[in-house]
Amino acid sequence: MPMFYGTEIASRMMLGTAQYPSPAVLAEAFKRSGAGIATVSVRREAGEDQAGQAFWELIKELNVALLPNTAGCHSVREAVTTAHMARELFDTPWIKLEVIGHADTLQPDIFGLAEAARILSEDGFQVFPYCTEDLVLCDKLLNTGCEVLMPWGAPIGTGLGLNNVYGLRSLRAHFPDVPLVVDAGLGVPSQAAQAMEMGFDAVLLNTAVAKAGDPAAMAEAFAKAVDAGAMAHAADPMEPRDMAAPSTPVLGKAFLE
Amino acid sequence: MKLIINGAAKEVAATTLAEALTELGHGGTKVATAVNEDFVPAGLRSTHELRDGDRVEIVAPRQGG
Repeated sequence: MPMFYGTEIASRMMLGTAQYPSPAVLAEAFKRSGAGIATVSVRREAGEDQAGQAFWELIKELNVALLPNTAGCHSVREAVTTAHMARELFDTPWIKLEVIGHADTLQPDIFGLAEAARILSEDGFQVFPYCTEDLVLCDKLLNTGCEVLMPWGAPIGTGLGLNNVYGLRSLRAHFPDVPLVVDAGLGVPSQAAQAMEMGFDAVLLNTAVAKAGDPAAMAEAFAKAVDAGAMAHAADPMEPRDMAAPSTPVLGKAFLE
Repeated sequence: MKLIINGAAKEVAATTLAEALTELGHGGTKVATAVNEDFVPAGLRSTHELRDGDRVEIVAPRQGG
């Protein structure tokens, strides 16, 4: 099972907490997914409504590790301040670091990401960087102190799956001992299975589950796909080949005219 | 004094961040704060003096992906 900064998590599935039709559906989706980590955020709180306090009570009952994010941050300073607020609120050094560089694709600002990761790592944070599959960036992130990498499969919320299989496979090959999580872009369980078959350590999902017609059932479907993919990777899949090779023995076949 | 609380102008009688939080209905609730884009830890709120025009962010746990 995956190990993040010395903590072993009993599931290869990480699940977001946003966009569910109701708190009850969110709770049911977590239960059926078996996810060991929930991503959460910090947002402005009005003294009159205190929506955050109700959400806090809900997530405490999920009994999973919490991974707060810096979603929506577009600058290093904003991300760093948000990370500090999240660390105090959730009482964890873990931070899913997002520094967004492009409004349409929500693509990470890789320069700002590396800088924010350095600042936060030096300040004792355990950074889970939401990154692209760029090898040079990932190398720099590891050098700043990151011990986990979370490359996107596709832009957040698109459900397009693994857009750059070659790049992700390269990442796995170059960093065989670093926990790698495909974060963002997965839409259906087969894509999660594909990531796991490639040797990724975990996947992080939100929209694909929360926006399904039946989020709880989809959560379970993803969990099964993740388990199947991980088991397949451990079982050492065959190498694909271009030419056919008979699976039934040729020897002993009757010669019939 | 006039403060910008979560992006909206508000008049408060408080002089410290801790007093402002109580005045705004956050006493005892789970929130984190920043003033003028810098994080202010909970332990420093009672000694953090506010100035007219300060931009105060008050955040709480929320859903995220």
